[in-house]
Amino acid sequence: MAVVAIPKASEEATSAPTPTTQPNTITLRISRFNPSNDSLPTFAEFKIPVQKWTTVLEAILHVKQNLDHSIAVRYSCRQASCGSCGMKINGKPALACYTKISEIGSKVVTVEPMSNFPIIRDLAVDFKQLFSDHKKMKPFIMRDDSEITPGTKEFVQTPKDLEKFLQFSYCIKCGLCNSACPTMATDESFIGPQGLAQAYRYVADNRDQGKKDRLKIVDQSHGIWRCHFAGSCSHVCPKGVDPAMAIQLLRGYLMGFRK
Amino acid sequence: MKIHYGTALAAVALVAVHILFRMTQKFSDSLSYQNVIANYHFLPYALMLEVVLILLSVHGFNGLRVILLELKQGVAYERAINYGSIAATVALVAYGSRTILMAGMGMS
Amino acid sequence: MAERLSNREGIRGMANPTRYGIERVAYWLQRLTGLGLLAYLIGHIYETSSIVNGKVAWEKMLELTQTPQGHIILTIVIGMCVYHTANGIRVMLGHGGIGVGKPGEPEYPYKAASLNYKQRLCIWVSIALAALAMMYGAAVLFGD
Repeated sequence: MAVVAIPKASEEATSAPTPTTQPNTITLRISRFNPSNDSLPTFAEFKIPVQKWTTVLEAILHVKQNLDHSIAVRYSCRQASCGSCGMKINGKPALACYTKISEIGSKVVTVEPMSNFPIIRDLAVDFKQLFSDHKKMKPFIMRDDSEITPGTKEFVQTPKDLEKFLQFSYCIKCGLCNSACPTMATDESFIGPQGLAQAYRYVADNRDQGKKDRLKIVDQSHGIWRCHFAGSCSHVCPKGVDPAMAIQLLRGYLMGFRK
Repeated sequence: MKIHYGTALAAVALVAVHILFRMTQKFSDSLSYQNVIANYHFLPYALMLEVVLILLSVHGFNGLRVILLELKQGVAYERAINYGSIAATVALVAYGSRTILMAGMGMS
Repeated sequence: MAERLSNREGIRGMANPTRYGIERVAYWLQRLTGLGLLAYLIGHIYETSSIVNGKVAWEKMLELTQTPQGHIILTIVIGMCVYHTANGIRVMLGHGGIGVGKPGEPEYPYKAASLNYKQRLCIWVSIALAALAMMYGAAVLFGD
């Protein structure tokens, strides 16, 4: 018969490790704007405890839970998959769930709604223009035939074919690129890096036959020609989509560098 | 935008020639009245100056047009900027060409 | 319902070279030098037109421009011209898809392939060439 030895109290017992990191206190400044009452945004300041791993989103939700329930903020997945929590953090567009307070390197963290998007309230912005510009790019495979026509088979796509557009398909429509773009800062008619990158995603897809249509759509005064390769969009993209690369590759077709 | 690229590349080559021409003499000597007039009387140089003038005026005012178009939008505004840029380009080219023609034909 | 604040950054956002690395600085400098060179072009066409009014008018113009202040302005123009040209060539090639990297599978930390060392090197080379040209120009102008 097996004998189980129960450790005595003096012996080493397993226990949960005591936290070695003490919570720090930071000042979180949140932009407040209610269009029914306010003419301009103001800032509300909150002193909150944060740990080494606290994200900006967690800090905002701590405020919302304990200090001020009225803060309007969009969030969903908390893991940089949905693109809901885009905002300006200390002046730079970023996903709140993907940015740790500790990596900002400041005791004062200022969160504001993303620039170049109309404000609905506080940190929530209107995505109408982004979605409409995205739709204008015809973000679907365009071809005459279909994979479900009887007598045909699935469209063949090798790993090399997939690699040509895969990274651009990772766009989560968070809008950070449009917020960082210097042209978007002043040009209200500009399509924006998000739309242009998605146009290239479909042009580069070998299953798609709509290249001519999409090139015609982007070849306009406030289309691809208003991009000047500042690269800020790629600088802030959280998913590695690299819209700047997509736009320049797309422009290569219009300039005759690529066929 | 293709005009912008085209004029840029052509201007780079010709402005380099313009600068190298000025560097054939000591800087202060090259600016003397006689030397400058002699340059204008040399037909290839005068033609090159004319081409540089056109290329840079087009490139410069087109660049300004792009910046202004991004600052504000609207049909009337954009039309005004487009025509204004063309007018400014034509005006600068005309004024500069007057200098080249008059200096080249010895009217100074 | 009150109008939503359009929340565009405006000219201050467009003209702010900070926050997004050296590529944004390069964009800002390209615009700044472009405007500066256009202003110089107009001034240069105007000043050289004095030659049609004869030797006296030409020499009067030279008195105005061949001064230390004039030389400083010309030195700055030289720098602007060299930077604008060199960076402009980089941007033009980039616009055609050259030097912007190849699409691939993004790997954490998702560094953008278009913001690669080649682009950064070309930007720094443009700045360095402009500085060298300014030094040479100043040596010629002030050395005479």
